[in-house]
Amino acid sequence: MIFRRPVFWLILIFAALMAFIPLHGNNVSMREDLILVAVAVILASNLNLMIGYTGYVNFGHIVFYGLGGYVGLYLATVKGWNLILSALLAGLAVSFCALLFGLGILRLRGAYFALATIGILVAVQSFVSNFDPWGRSTGLYVPFDAYQPLGGARRALWITYFLVIAVMALSMILSLAIKISKFGLGLFAIREDEDAAVVLGVNATVYKAIIYSVSAFLPAVAGALMFYKNGMIDPSIAFEFMLSLEGIVMLMLGGKGTVVGAALGGGLYEKLRSYLLTSPKLSNFHLVIAGGMLLLVVLFAPGGLIGWLYRLVPRSEKVIE
Amino acid sequence: MSGILASMIDGVLIGAVYGLAAMGLSLIWGVMDVINLTHGAVIALGMFGMYILFAAFPINAYFLLLPVIAAGLLLGLIIYWTSVHWVINRPQLASLLSTFAVNMIIIGIGTAIWSTSPYNVNFTLRGITIGAYTFTGNHMAAASAAVVIALALEVFLYRTRPGKAIRAVADNREAAELMGISSTMVLALAFAIGIALAAASGALVSTLFPFTILSGAGYQMKSFVVTVLAGLGKPFGALVAGVLLGLLEGAVTPFIAVSWIPMIEFGLFVVVLVAFPRGIFGRATA
Repeated sequence: MIFRRPVFWLILIFAALMAFIPLHGNNVSMREDLILVAVAVILASNLNLMIGYTGYVNFGHIVFYGLGGYVGLYLATVKGWNLILSALLAGLAVSFCALLFGLGILRLRGAYFALATIGILVAVQSFVSNFDPWGRSTGLYVPFDAYQPLGGARRALWITYFLVIAVMALSMILSLAIKISKFGLGLFAIREDEDAAVVLGVNATVYKAIIYSVSAFLPAVAGALMFYKNGMIDPSIAFEFMLSLEGIVMLMLGGKGTVVGAALGGGLYEKLRSYLLTSPKLSNFHLVIAGGMLLLVVLFAPGGLIGWLYRLVPRSEKVIE
Repeated sequence: MSGILASMIDGVLIGAVYGLAAMGLSLIWGVMDVINLTHGAVIALGMFGMYILFAAFPINAYFLLLPVIAAGLLLGLIIYWTSVHWVINRPQLASLLSTFAVNMIIIGIGTAIWSTSPYNVNFTLRGITIGAYTFTGNHMAAASAAVVIALALEVFLYRTRPGKAIRAVADNREAAELMGISSTMVLALAFAIGIALAAASGALVSTLFPFTILSGAGYQMKSFVVTVLAGLGKPFGALVAGVLLGLLEGAVTPFIAVSWIPMIEFGLFVVVLVAFPRGIFGRATA
């Protein structure tokens, strides 16, 4: 049972702290910092389902976030639907797209799949940049009165913040739930040796397509919420390749294949990045530093921070999953 | 009608340069089973290498290919020893991520130096005018240079001892080691040649179009498409497939917006991988 896992309660406590600390004293700038941390955790956790659990690199993970943003923004502003409904529909629509993409490209194994995911990112971006209803390369924006149903822009920002935190908690719980399920075991089997897994009765093609689709859902919901909060979207910010890559750095840094590692890496990296980007000397080099960190982790500590903790305190593996 | 023909001829000429870039990728992939994600960044470095050299020595830009290739070989050795050698026997995930990390480092440094604004190499050769269309000298010179380099590689791989060693290691690393070939040296050499080819193709592209430090990514994508078209580990096939891709681009550009091209290329990539997993030239050893 998931409730017996200590990590489950840790996740809830973490999410509650994230939600209520900025509320205390109406600390808006802290809220804006934390929402970025939450998004990083969401992206890293869901990417972990592919890279950490299944052993398939997805370089184009950000496609889900961007497409979710487009669908959500389109439904919420052009159609004028309820925000939560729009975000959920965005998640479902993007998951469905991912399932279709997945059934096509998941026939590819290992590295070929990784290349195809770069292709998906490029292709989706090129499609959206030419798609009239979504404003081609100028994108969509949220008119100010679209925030009225939520009680004005000021309240809308807080509501989207709590929703993003909820999506973050759900991402981590989803990771945990999959990790302790039989489905998760099947994914681990694919990661360790796909041929052997198939021989032992794991339907690898279906498993991979499902996990690819599942890993699309929450990022798409988060994208819908975030771009609604930001008030605009265009193809270059929606499908920022850099963010896709930084998701990989976060995951490797924290420790791939673990629930806490993905979140830890996401949170730490986002903090580091905002420090680097605001520092006048280092802002130009944040990519270099991110790349250097990724290289060091891949070469010397493939388990990331959590892997290092496991080696230091072997019993921690039982508690921190 | 003749407009399409002219566009197709241009496409073929550019395609030879795509093919050269893809040869490097294909060589590395075929020999050591590493997908080199630094490829795009190295192509971009080749462009800026040409830019710097041409600014310093404003002679015929195509002579400057030689120093670019030499620098590419050196860079290839550096990348091999810092990031590839240690992960070569680990699962493919490791080499994907480590070459990717190097890609981020190169792009990061490049962005800090040159920002992301466009540059160009201001060098033009006189072209040939047939009727209403002019084929620029640069396109023809770049395509010829690409073919010459490709032929040189082919001769190297099939006629020289180090080249034969590379092919032996690609076929069967253990057996090659038993025959006394030092596979580490061979892998380092193959990687360096692959990187040098990428740099050379970048240098050639820089004489055709304006470029930014991020331009390499598009050519990297094309290289992947070309490599899977040709089948892995077939460097010369990559040149032919590159020409085919250029021909295709030339044939469609008069009819559709340029921004659709990535989508077409990607569609081609997936279709080829799913329908012809060994490339359209049949049996590849990979």
